Amino acid sequence: MVSRIVVGAHYGWRDWLAQRVTAVVMALYSVILAAVLLRRAPIDYGVWRELFAQGWMRVATLLFAVSVAWHMWIGVRDILMDYVKPVGLRLALQVFVVLTVAGYLGWTVQILWR
Amino acid sequence: MPQAAANKKRPKYLNLTALLFEIRLPLAGWVSILHRISGALMFVATLWLLFMLDRSLASEREFEFVRHYLGLVPVKLALLVLIWAYCHHFCAGIRFLLLETQRGWDKPTARLTSIIVLVAGLALTVLFGAKLW
Repeated sequence: MVSRIVVGAHYGWRDWLAQRVTAVVMALYSVILAAVLLRRAPIDYGVWRELFAQGWMRVATLLFAVSVAWHMWIGVRDILMDYVKPVGLRLALQVFVVLTVAGYLGWTVQILWR
Repeated sequence: MPQAAANKKRPKYLNLTALLFEIRLPLAGWVSILHRISGALMFVATLWLLFMLDRSLASEREFEFVRHYLGLVPVKLALLVLIWAYCHHFCAGIRFLLLETQRGWDKPTARLTSIIVLVAGLALTVLFGAKLW
């Protein structure tokens, strides 16, 4: 059964909510990371490496990275929708942004689980 | 007042000069456009930040290289701009969330929270900047 609603006032709702949920995730991670770094300072290689070797830190950073990627996509897409009017150029830029964001995320996973 | 309105040249077209020198944004407008600019900036800069995270976790020698690299003045300045972008985006975002819960809609409060966001963004930048160096 296909029950998509392609018109009306509701199709931006999911993105709107995602933008806020991801913002809260990133804010929490930022505060926690800042607290951890300030407590462990000065940071040398040993401390730095050990921090990112911990399971909870890797998972927390992954959640942060997913939030960043999602938030980034919605944010940059909104900017493009506001300022880039030619449809072809806008599509090309949006595809570029999706690929870039996906690449960032893949790279982050690679860094975390090396 | 009607006289002043009649003296204004109409229609008014938007061009670069008008955008830069004639149209004065209210403070809330500055918070908003800086939220956009800082966001776009961070989208681009993530490439650079990931590069540094990647190198810093690769080996001790590369960690020391990143530390040395971050000590260079132009790099420090670039990082400072990004720290500001993050802090401003953070504070402005919280303000938008409060506005959406229907808080701070009256003009004096909206103006006050705009000032708080602009100042807090800069103050946090100074704080973290000082911590880093």
